[in-house]
Amino acid sequence: MEVLLEHLPELWQGLIVTVQLTAVSFAGAAVLGVLVCALRVSPVRVLRTLGTAYVETLQNLPLLVLLVLAVFGLPEIGVQANLMVTAIVVIAVYEAAYIGEALRSGVNAVSKGQGEAARAIGLTFGQSLRHVVLPQALRTVVQPIGNIFIATTMNTALAAAVGVVDLTAAANRVNLVEAQPIPIFVGAGVAYGLIAAAAGFVTGRLERRLVILR
Amino acid sequence: MSTVLFDEPGPKARRRIRVATVLGTLAAVALVALAVRQFAANGQLDAARWQPYGTWPMWRYLLDGLWSTFLAAVVSAALSMAFGLLLALGRVSPRSWVRGPAAAYVEVVRTIPALLLVYVVLFALPRYGMDLPLFWKLVVPLTVSNAAAYAEIFRAGIHSIERGQTEAGLAVGLTRLQTVRLIVLPQAARRVLPSLVSQSVGLLKDTSLGFVVSYGELLYSGKVLAAYNGLLIQTYLVVALIYLVVNASLSKLARALEARQPASSVTLRRKIARA
Repeated sequence: MEVLLEHLPELWQGLIVTVQLTAVSFAGAAVLGVLVCALRVSPVRVLRTLGTAYVETLQNLPLLVLLVLAVFGLPEIGVQANLMVTAIVVIAVYEAAYIGEALRSGVNAVSKGQGEAARAIGLTFGQSLRHVVLPQALRTVVQPIGNIFIATTMNTALAAAVGVVDLTAAANRVNLVEAQPIPIFVGAGVAYGLIAAAAGFVTGRLERRLVILR
Repeated sequence: MSTVLFDEPGPKARRRIRVATVLGTLAAVALVALAVRQFAANGQLDAARWQPYGTWPMWRYLLDGLWSTFLAAVVSAALSMAFGLLLALGRVSPRSWVRGPAAAYVEVVRTIPALLLVYVVLFALPRYGMDLPLFWKLVVPLTVSNAAAYAEIFRAGIHSIERGQTEAGLAVGLTRLQTVRLIVLPQAARRVLPSLVSQSVGLLKDTSLGFVVSYGELLYSGKVLAAYNGLLIQTYLVVALIYLVVNASLSKLARALEARQPASSVTLRRKIARA
């Protein structure tokens, strides 16, 4: 236990990096995910194909491969970027494929008649999206998106494998110095668990508030 | 084709679709051109830098890595499916002293990154005299973390079987265990098969943690090879391509299996995705 208190500054710093990685890359993934979803449900075949290619590629590649490729490969083609920024962008790009798919399944869960009815009473595309389709679609995806957030938190740990000093890397470093694995790794695990529990709590509340029983 | 978002396009919409097709194509081409220019400007497109990947020895080295990836993936998939099934049975058990620990395991492990588990096996266990062989240093953490995921899939499958099935089993005099084994599980396993395959794609992706363990799977082989021939970006791109082909085929298999399922299990799949 003392070992945790003694190294609190390093571990705290690692936790902050993990939270930063998670928050920023999740925000980026949300924006990009909306775009990917828009591509995949658009009436234009080329755009749909591009969206499908994006999702298929990123869902079938290990995140670690993407991280290694970006961190060690990009400088070779003249793209220099800060390690943290690279990690954030890669994780955002990776998770965007999952968010895009979750959103798309939400849109598809709205029955066709809803959209047809909206158009029949003369709503424009934007109006039918805003008043009819999205409110129903978003409600069904609260839980899946919450799960993607938790998965993002877990996945940020992979950044430790390419040199970002996040909570996982910090725990590992402290352990290499102190050689007291049990308190250190359990402490790190508890921290991850708390983040996930908080996310689960928020999505649970959100869903209970939003969900409509049909 | 009418969807929830669009009606069958009229003449105006068709014109807009044509414009968007052209613009989309141009944007895609521009993106590819930009990447190619960036590669060319840094001499990464030189024939000499790609030549080695036209030769067998390079590929053989990577395919050896792929074989190790398969080995690790298959062994940890088998172990974690077995363990996951036990956990799922534990979670639906009528006895609370079985249900509690099983639920606790699943809920706790689901929130721990696999890399942290790898570090535990790499750096913590040896201190307690458990220095596992390299292969198991990768397989054990993957099994521990994926068992929880498989457990949730099996549990959703067991819950999806109508209660009448269990009641009928008990009514004809089977014990609880026999009912689960002979009636519930065979049906549940069939329903969750697509989800099991897609979870296995995730597990195969996780084996890339061999990079950290120094177990000679595909990504680590790529690292070794890149250090040897100095063709960093080319090697990792080839590695990525191999992962892509293998995983995309498995994902396709999952979709094909799902298409063969009766419609009722589509809702189940949605439930698993939400779990």
